Amino acid sequence: MSSDVNGAAADRMAGVEPVPGVAKPDPILVVDGVRRSFGGLTAVDVDHLEVQRGTITALIGPNGAGKSTLFNLLTGFDRVDAGEWHFDGTRLNGLGGHRVARRGMVRTFQLTKALTRLTVMENMLLAAPRQTGERMLGAFARPVWRAQEAANRERAEHLLERFKLLAKKDEMAGSLSGGQRKLLEMARALMVEPSMIMLDEPMAGVNPALVQSLLEHITALRDEGRTVLFVEHDMDVIMGISDWIVVLAEGKVIAEGRPSDIRADQRVIDAYLGAGHDDSEQEPPTDSGGSHE
Amino acid sequence: MDILQVLADATRSAIGPVAAVYALAAIGLNMHFGYTGLLNFGQVGFMLVGGYGVAVSVSTFGLPLWAGILVGIACAVALALLLGVPTLRLRADYLAITTIAVAEVARLVYRAEFLRDITGGVYGLQGFAGGFYDLNPFPSGRYGFGWLAFNARDLWMMTVAWGLVLLASVLMWLLVHSPWGRVIKGIREDEDAVRSLGKNVFVYKMQSLVLGGVFGALAGAMLVVNQQTITPDQFMPQVTFYLWAILLLGGAGRTLGPVLGSVVMWFLLTASDSVLRQLTSSGVITFITNSEIGGIRHALVGVALVVLIVFRPQGLIGNRKEMLVNVK
Ligand SMILES: Nc1ncnc2c1ncn2[C@@H]1O[C@H](COP(=O)(O)OP(=O)(O)OP(=O)(O)O)[C@@H](O)[C@H]1O
Ligand SMILES: [Mg+2]
Repeated sequence: MSSDVNGAAADRMAGVEPVPGVAKPDPILVVDGVRRSFGGLTAVDVDHLEVQRGTITALIGPNGAGKSTLFNLLTGFDRVDAGEWHFDGTRLNGLGGHRVARRGMVRTFQLTKALTRLTVMENMLLAAPRQTGERMLGAFARPVWRAQEAANRERAEHLLERFKLLAKKDEMAGSLSGGQRKLLEMARALMVEPSMIMLDEPMAGVNPALVQSLLEHITALRDEGRTVLFVEHDMDVIMGISDWIVVLAEGKVIAEGRPSDIRADQRVIDAYLGAGHDDSEQEPPTDSGGSHE
Repeated sequence: MDILQVLADATRSAIGPVAAVYALAAIGLNMHFGYTGLLNFGQVGFMLVGGYGVAVSVSTFGLPLWAGILVGIACAVALALLLGVPTLRLRADYLAITTIAVAEVARLVYRAEFLRDITGGVYGLQGFAGGFYDLNPFPSGRYGFGWLAFNARDLWMMTVAWGLVLLASVLMWLLVHSPWGRVIKGIREDEDAVRSLGKNVFVYKMQSLVLGGVFGALAGAMLVVNQQTITPDQFMPQVTFYLWAILLLGGAGRTLGPVLGSVVMWFLLTASDSVLRQLTSSGVITFITNSEIGGIRHALVGVALVVLIVFRPQGLIGNRKEMLVNVK
């Protein structure tokens, strides 16, 4: 699988220079001067960043680099201090989280947010867009939304099947394990039919045996034409699946490029291992544990 | 001790108009807390504006009763917007603080001297309920059997009040068993997750606050029509806490939870009152005077609630499966 993926990856980003802030041929997301500080701490300070449509882009960086904060800003869950960003040509500044999602940019959370006292199926159905019955008066138009509900249920079952959750569909989401909740959250985000999906540490806590199939799902998403931006700490995963990697450290983009460029980048190694390390080999910075929470 | 007398008193109160009024207001609270997770500690404020909507419109301005009820509902909508617009985007506790404060401020405003010409100040208003009893279709007489008989006036009041409870319950059932209800319950669990799926959480919370508030206002209107008088000081914060007790007793997040809760609560309150009264008057208990009974029965009901919460935290008909699910 990985050779196939890397072959595709080389094609997708052909001719793009591996330098921070480089322009992409067909960016779906363009970030300009986005800054956010908490008190004296500047958590995010991104000069320019573009995400290429239809690719898998990894966002990596040490703990506290500002990855989750950047996700929150871009998806309308936090307010920027400065800067602007465009998704699919529309400026998103000031839009609430639900508006961003409706435009096709859907995110998941690092700390999983399963709706615990709803069943797995209800979690999925809730996410379906444009339901007549989800409006207060529409709720009384039972015959109308029943038909939509049946179609959504079918779609949900397909997704649950893909994520190995179909057997659990009538259980409370709160009874799922941590890894299963991650899977549910991803499946649920796909119910929204996003053109771009942003996954904050989707593999954290997921059984290694399942990680492989999760990776296949993610590449399948790209092959369906969706754009994936994901945060991850596991270097094997990142190198194996990404078309492009963006490295964040102390809120700034310090490097971006193909997996092979990043593997060789001295700044990345410094950022990960600290300035004082005496390992001069240019090895990929590997992450020991699978789960970071 | 006359057990039959106790049962008769308790049953009359459990199916009486006041139990229906509390059930209706608790249905509103169930919308807020049971389904949406909104902490409303000022439900009595909605009852107050509903009650005064009727009383002021009819007594002070001479409008017909139905117009008074509409005014009460409009006031509830306005109150919900006033409470919700500044707080529903903030953390849950802001709504809690605001509701308890605003309900109390509303009571103080309605009883204020400068509004005496309109609201009757501390003395309140009377003589606004005639229109309701004029509509009574039941010919006068006793209805029921033996100790469980009601006069035509009470029967009419009970029919309308329980009819409203039924209507509200059906409405709630339809709503919470719809995609709208699913979003509402999702918000109760985690509003950020719901927002991330493209739902406008603020609007849903507002709709819930308004609808539950309107139920509260209707309950207030029924309450004062039943009494045929209104005074500001009957809308003290403890009314809200009774409603919470009713909701938790019956089972939050269940359509019939607040209805069952109100019936059982009024049964227990009246039964304990009746028992204590008989014991003191027959001299079995000498250390309690009649005037202390009111306080003691509340303490007893409080103990019963504590026992309930320890042994049956989901309430009488709550869903234990939902309750036991680990929350985060
Ligand atoms: N709400 C907040 N208030 C104050 N500081 C915050 C807040 N959110 C994030 N920070 C700070 O901003 C910095 C970036 O945090 P962020 O969660 O974005 O890191 P991250 O890159 O996602 O890290 P990890 O890999 O551990 O998830 C951290 O130093 C964090 O302490
Ligand atoms: Mg993070």
